[in-house]
Amino acid sequence: MKYLRLVLANLGRHKLRSILTIASVALALFLFASLRSVTTTMAAAAQFGGARRLVTLNATGLVFPLPLAYGNRIKALPGVTGLSWANWFGGRYGDGKNFFANFAVDAESYLDLYPEIVLPADQKQAFLQDRTGAIIGDRLISQFGWKLGQNVTLQGTIFQGDWTFKIDGVYHPTDPAIGDNVLIFHHAYFDERIGRAGIAGWYIVEIDDPSHAAAIAKSIDDVFRNSSSPTKTGTEREFQASFATMWGNVSFLMSTIGLAVVFAILLVTANAMMMSARERTGEIAVLKTVGFSDRLLFALVMVEAGALALTGAAIGLGGATLLYPAINFNGAGFLPGFKVATSTLIIGALVALGLMLASGLVPALRAARLPIVQALRKVE
Amino acid sequence: MIPIAYNVRSVVQRPVSTALTALGVGLVVAVFIGMLALANGFSVALAKTGSTRNVLVLRKGADSELSSGLGRDVSSIIAADPHVATGADGRPLVSPEVYVLVPLAKAFDTTQIANVVARGVSDQAWLVRNNVTITEGQRPASGRAEVCVGSRLTQRFPHTGIGQTLRFAGRDWTVTCHFTAAGSAFESEIWGENEQFMPVFRGEVFQSITFRLKDPAAFEEAQRALQADKRMTVDAHRESEFYAQQSQLLGQILNFLAIMITGIMAVGAVFGAINTMYAAIASRAPEIGVLLTLGFKPGSVLISFLAESAFIAVIGGLLGCLFALPLNGIVTSTTNWSSFSEIAFSFRVTPALLSLGLIFAVVMGVIGGFFPALRAARLQVVQALR
Repeated sequence: MKYLRLVLANLGRHKLRSILTIASVALALFLFASLRSVTTTMAAAAQFGGARRLVTLNATGLVFPLPLAYGNRIKALPGVTGLSWANWFGGRYGDGKNFFANFAVDAESYLDLYPEIVLPADQKQAFLQDRTGAIIGDRLISQFGWKLGQNVTLQGTIFQGDWTFKIDGVYHPTDPAIGDNVLIFHHAYFDERIGRAGIAGWYIVEIDDPSHAAAIAKSIDDVFRNSSSPTKTGTEREFQASFATMWGNVSFLMSTIGLAVVFAILLVTANAMMMSARERTGEIAVLKTVGFSDRLLFALVMVEAGALALTGAAIGLGGATLLYPAINFNGAGFLPGFKVATSTLIIGALVALGLMLASGLVPALRAARLPIVQALRKVE
Repeated sequence: MIPIAYNVRSVVQRPVSTALTALGVGLVVAVFIGMLALANGFSVALAKTGSTRNVLVLRKGADSELSSGLGRDVSSIIAADPHVATGADGRPLVSPEVYVLVPLAKAFDTTQIANVVARGVSDQAWLVRNNVTITEGQRPASGRAEVCVGSRLTQRFPHTGIGQTLRFAGRDWTVTCHFTAAGSAFESEIWGENEQFMPVFRGEVFQSITFRLKDPAAFEEAQRALQADKRMTVDAHRESEFYAQQSQLLGQILNFLAIMITGIMAVGAVFGAINTMYAAIASRAPEIGVLLTLGFKPGSVLISFLAESAFIAVIGGLLGCLFALPLNGIVTSTTNWSSFSEIAFSFRVTPALLSLGLIFAVVMGVIGGFFPALRAARLQVVQALR
């Protein structure tokens, strides 16, 4: 501990240099943490899904609806304990620049199947009884400054006209993958306004036991195999994962950039740290003369490098961890539940240790091996 | 003026330190160029899709082809419109189109599904979209379950070879040709006949109607006439503008990411460069003293060290360009969330981007070198020489 002052004094001698070094390490690791969190958040979203929920879609593609009449037939199948349906609405609010998801659901059964959607009992009751009502995620409140009980008008893009909904409730999702920027309204009202077309975009099927998922999915698809609209049923997790794969190579891209960033800044930082160590040849010789052992000098130089790298890492990683929840970041709606994962923090800490070795090892070895006579000769 | 050779020689004197700094700057520049090349490739692919001579008609309020729907009556009204150009055979150059997304499994990993655009076109479409050329095979014959596949799809999806059958919408479709479309988004689409696609997808409804303008300058007039027509409720867009707009969302995200990521990287790299230059100047204090004694003005010392820093940065910039060049032409794909369809496009590293990268490097070098160079210029001769 008594050498701490020596290390601190060394760091404090070139204050600007120490600060810049720490700052560049911090920036590198902040960026690394941010980029890796994009990947981990997308992976986490792909893992979302109740084990007991299946999703039934039209086999022709996501954009094709299913007849509403399928509901009763699915419900009658063995192993099916609950059923709800929903339809993508795709309405636009205002100038359309702030996109958010909105869809029509069979309200009562939908809220039953999704306990993750939490809202006060009185608001839920008001919504269920209000045909033209809607509930919204709490992010929309802050985004648009809406108030409970207010009317909100969406312009239909797929289904024409102006659609006005009264905000009956504000929910908070307990699972970030649900999305806190969604407007949900009644399918019954939707169906009525589009002229009783009797369509559902997708069905959510609750089953008795997760281990029956594959068999029940197959039995649903078998029922409709030879109908006009064959279905494709899978677990909710598969459904979510299919959205994640739509990004294509984005994850790979982010990791590559992350690596390049870390590598680039570490190179520059390591270089600066080595150059600063080289300037101190004379001093180290003096310390040796006074009786500092080779091993102690090696340790001191390493500790100094470590202090720079780890302080930088702590600021960068800590900053990223604190910043994103504080600004409620969700990547313009694409990355719900964005957060820095523990694994990212661990990898970031390892990177900092690597930097300490890369930048500290050469000067530390030089210090340990320095012949005193030769070194002192240079000192005037 | 202190000759530049002095700086070049000093730089060469410490190769490791120079190389490390230059490599750091080089990586920043490479990421900068790479990300802009990605954004650029995406925007160009969509911008090239539309022609300024074509008009795309959608149902009023629809913001994409997917959310639109137009009846046959609209198609006949537009075909009879005086603004529509006519082909050599005297028929109007109009293509009423069915636009749907079909899920296809990817070739390299069949568990990955992509939403691919299936576009049902009229036989006039091949004339209306004059950037489309068939590279291989015969155009689908009318009345048969045949499709033509865009060149970007053939590598990435199975069963897209000529003569093979592709299965979607519960039917088998024979692939009879491949087409290119000058690198545009059409190359990520499957084209078939609209009358074949209608019954298997959404029934008696088109999603969009595209026609060639008789007079390209008369777009506003045609738009006004169509939108005012009481028999239908449509929006007319200039095709080029429509597709450019479709690229806006993702293009903006990509550009934002590029600027933000490289911005943070650049700050980090500049900090590193400042440290390196301070250390370099500290170890060369006697040299600087000599220069000042010889009568060089502090101003020229400043410029000299700025030049040195910029020189290292330029080496880094060139390295960065070298790293980024192989990216050019690499095809990647993602979902365009404006249309919900998958689109493949290539990184486009252009000379303009490369020079932008070099300028970026020089700016980093000059900023990084400024304060250290200032310190060098302000050194007291006596102190420096001691």
